[in-house]
Amino acid sequence: MDAPITKVSIVVSKGSLEGVYPALIMANGARAEGMEANLFFTFFGLDAINAKRIEHVKVAAVGNPGMHVASLLGVLPGMSAIATRVMERKMEENDIPGLPEFIELVADAGCGLYGCRASADLFGFTEADLVPQVKAIITVGEFYALSAGGQIIFT
Amino acid sequence: MTTQTLAGVPVERDAEGFLTDPSLWSEAVAVAIAAEEGITLTERHWEVVRFMRHAYETTGAGPNVRLLAKASGVSVRELYALFPRGPAKTAAKIAGIPKPHGCI
Repeated sequence: MDAPITKVSIVVSKGSLEGVYPALIMANGARAEGMEANLFFTFFGLDAINAKRIEHVKVAAVGNPGMHVASLLGVLPGMSAIATRVMERKMEENDIPGLPEFIELVADAGCGLYGCRASADLFGFTEADLVPQVKAIITVGEFYALSAGGQIIFT
Repeated sequence: MTTQTLAGVPVERDAEGFLTDPSLWSEAVAVAIAAEEGITLTERHWEVVRFMRHAYETTGAGPNVRLLAKASGVSVRELYALFPRGPAKTAAKIAGIPKPHGCI
């Protein structure tokens, strides 16, 4: 039998709801299996741990073939908000937590949450702008160091 | 699938160590499985294990970590402190019930 995976470090680079959830589900599932898990939020993925933006992460209505809505309609004002409401209602029906609760869940489960130094500098964020569950803003070198011995997954 | 004797009872276990027949479970079996997991059961562990057992008996499945925390009143943090290798999975194994399924 192959050796089991005991540690994962997941990079979240997208700031849409559908960009963030798979990473959170994978991190939470890793902890539930007793694996070590880290989440590294970079570029627009930082929105998921930004205290002011966490409540406003939305489904992409444009450039998203999975939406099955013509991109021409997707550009209409409010389309992204509507798509997000539909998605959030479906997730609630399926007992999937909302983003702030999910971030709290993975942090309480012992998953390490980190912001990307280069992205934080680019957008002008400091740790004070991020939700309290974030352990630190770290460099890519520090990310590799804390990922040592595990698998890295980019989303 | 392997057959072994736990606390004097012959039981069958799946590849991950879950009992295939929950009716063969006893508190002595729980203590033996917990020991394999490196856990000495405290009263707080027992609360969670009994909760899992009760959930299985009433709903046919053990809850995942989030629902376990919500329903039992034991926080996610404390659950992981009690069962570091995964609370729902480990508590289900100790409770002699199938592994909780679902992705969240």
